[in-house]
Amino acid sequence: MEKRRIYVDNSATTPIHPQVLEEMMPYLTESYGNPSSIHFFGREARKAMDKARERVALGLGAKTEEIYFTGSGTEADNWAVKGVAFANKKKGNHIITTKIEHHAILHTCEYLEKQGFDVTYLDVDEYGLVNPDDVENAINDRTILISVMFANNEIGTIQPIEEIGKIAKKRAVYFHTDAVQAMGNVDINVDKLGVDLLSISGHKIMGPKGIGALYVRKGTRIDNLIHGGAQERKRRSGTENVAAVVGMGKAVQLAVENLDQHVRKMTSLRDALIDGIKERIPHVRLNGHPSQRLANNVNFSFEFVEGEALLLSLDMEGIAASSGSACTSGSLDPSHVLLAIGLSHETAHGSLRMSLGEINTREDIDYILDKLPAIVEKLRALSPLFKQCEGGKVSV
Amino acid sequence: MYNETVMEHFTNPRNVGEIEDADGVGEVGSPQCGDIMKIFLKVEDNIIKDIKFKTFGCASAIASSSIMTEMVKGRTIEEALALTNKDVVDALGGLPPAKVHCSVLAEQAIRAAIEDYRAKRGK
Repeated sequence: MEKRRIYVDNSATTPIHPQVLEEMMPYLTESYGNPSSIHFFGREARKAMDKARERVALGLGAKTEEIYFTGSGTEADNWAVKGVAFANKKKGNHIITTKIEHHAILHTCEYLEKQGFDVTYLDVDEYGLVNPDDVENAINDRTILISVMFANNEIGTIQPIEEIGKIAKKRAVYFHTDAVQAMGNVDINVDKLGVDLLSISGHKIMGPKGIGALYVRKGTRIDNLIHGGAQERKRRSGTENVAAVVGMGKAVQLAVENLDQHVRKMTSLRDALIDGIKERIPHVRLNGHPSQRLANNVNFSFEFVEGEALLLSLDMEGIAASSGSACTSGSLDPSHVLLAIGLSHETAHGSLRMSLGEINTREDIDYILDKLPAIVEKLRALSPLFKQCEGGKVSV
Repeated sequence: MYNETVMEHFTNPRNVGEIEDADGVGEVGSPQCGDIMKIFLKVEDNIIKDIKFKTFGCASAIASSSIMTEMVKGRTIEEALALTNKDVVDALGGLPPAKVHCSVLAEQAIRAAIEDYRAKRGK
């Protein structure tokens, strides 16, 4: 097979959908008005923003006035957690979250701890699942917020958000979910889920980078994060990134319209890749839940090898993936998610995430399955942790 | 991220393997930090006649091991002991700051193997 360029890092970011770019273009060129201006340039931009907001609201089963655009998914997460914490600190100072959240939540919670808030970081099981009973048991009379991610960005595990939503409602605690990875891969309806706040990001769903959105249920007590010129109905200041907002609106619309078809296609590719790796390579571990996982997520640990070496070897074969190895992050510790599901350090260091997207084909999967076994074998031959004994038996 | 020399040693590492009846064996690093380096020595008349390595780690750990084995092969024990991690970094034409610890591991690994050789010899 000839060398190809295969992108299986769609949980990091995705290419812009051609229809998204097409809708954005006028707002990057002739329709450059500031939506706050009252002249026709401004009104044009305002109209485009309204339409985008309607599309996002429709995609989440929310009201248009409950959607606020932000500069990223990270900003939406920061706003949800800090905004609710600061607005409700007279009521209490306790926040419940999990050990496997994205750093946008974890580091925000760590910051809040320094500001005097108490944070409970819930454990997850070996598949990365949060137990709703643990959430309920962690609630006390000072609890003001529960934040549990919808789907994990590394191992793809989908959490029982609806169950947690019922608990939050029963105990009258605000409930936020980071749905950045779930959007486009899972059906989302804020009322059905029982969430009060929900974060999404544009560039994970074939929209542009530099745009996110926060759903805030009407009546939720939340402070502003960004102060200034009173944009976004006085909740998030800063001149709106109109083209990106338009792109986000279109991306959400497409993601929701194509959800069933997308999930079918991703599931089929994902399972072919998972089964193919298990068939071809010994001593592998599928990280994450076998069925409660994102349709586009594949995460394996390859025993006795290190993830960065694996990534670079794949890169040389034209395959772009990612890893939870420390060596790819600049820190000495491997992924907090992989450690939280109970992996040893060396197994966590040997993880490889391949996240699929609309651009991927069955030929991509076959190419990966053709190249990966030899790469793993070569690195294992270098590894002092791996000894191939006679008869193919392995001792460590 | 890595220069050509590092990538070349990562892609085609020299002196990979083990020596069955090694005169000295050194193992450094830990699974915690994601790097383990194991060095096998064959010494004759105070000279490193043969050296092999096995490394669990990232590309820079593998490249550091590989170039270090080239640098000490055929040298005296004293010359090998004088090798520093900076020599390894220089020979590789530089490593990213976050990866310099890999070269430290290479220096520690050859020292550990020589210590083992001296301990065995002293018996």
